[in-house]
Amino acid sequence: MLVLTRKIKESIMIGNDIEITVLAVDGDQIKLGINAPKQVEIHRKEVYVNIQQANNEALETKVDHLAHFNKLFKKE
Amino acid sequence: MKIQTKFHGEVQLDTENIYTFQQGMPGFLNEKKFILLELDDSPFYVLQSITKAAVAFILVDPFKVYSNYEVKLSDEVLEELQIQSEQDVALFVILSVKEPFETSTANLIAPVILNQTKKMGKQHILKSELYHTQHALFEPPVEQEVK
Repeated sequence: MLVLTRKIKESIMIGNDIEITVLAVDGDQIKLGINAPKQVEIHRKEVYVNIQQANNEALETKVDHLAHFNKLFKKE
Repeated sequence: MKIQTKFHGEVQLDTENIYTFQQGMPGFLNEKKFILLELDDSPFYVLQSITKAAVAFILVDPFKVYSNYEVKLSDEVLEELQIQSEQDVALFVILSVKEPFETSTANLIAPVILNQTKKMGKQHILKSELYHTQHALFEPPVEQEVK
């Protein structure tokens, strides 16, 4: 992992078009400003990890499982 | 072409029905080609990877289950999926099917958005405080609520 020290209002560049600026520090909370192209998706990591986990969990459905619940949901 | 599927065995498919997920899905970044299969006699669909039989997500139309569910598609999403009209769009949420079935959950924060016309898709992460990955599919029975 690359480690850089920055002061408030200082930035780092990732590639040519992603800029992350330290806006404020308050105790153990740090406010970051991010400038990035619109197509770059930015998420809090825990949100992204949750979705990875949910996707993995969603694949655990067993085939016979499904045959069972299929019966509960006959199309009208 | 013929592919192996998780729930439907071997399936013959037209290549024109293959959806391209350019970015894969979170946790499955290498799976970029999917087909949408109906599950007989149910309101559910399967989003099946055409390369890995085990990668098959059970989907449901969230608006039929959650009457208050709302999704706003940003300009970036419309652009990325080349969506031009409402008719292009199909939107689903992924279920985690559990035993007993009543404990199954739906991921409302990251719906699957398809452009049915251009056959493009993505799992889009909503910027919303209202939704998360594990919404109960059913209201718990009243008697259990009382306990």
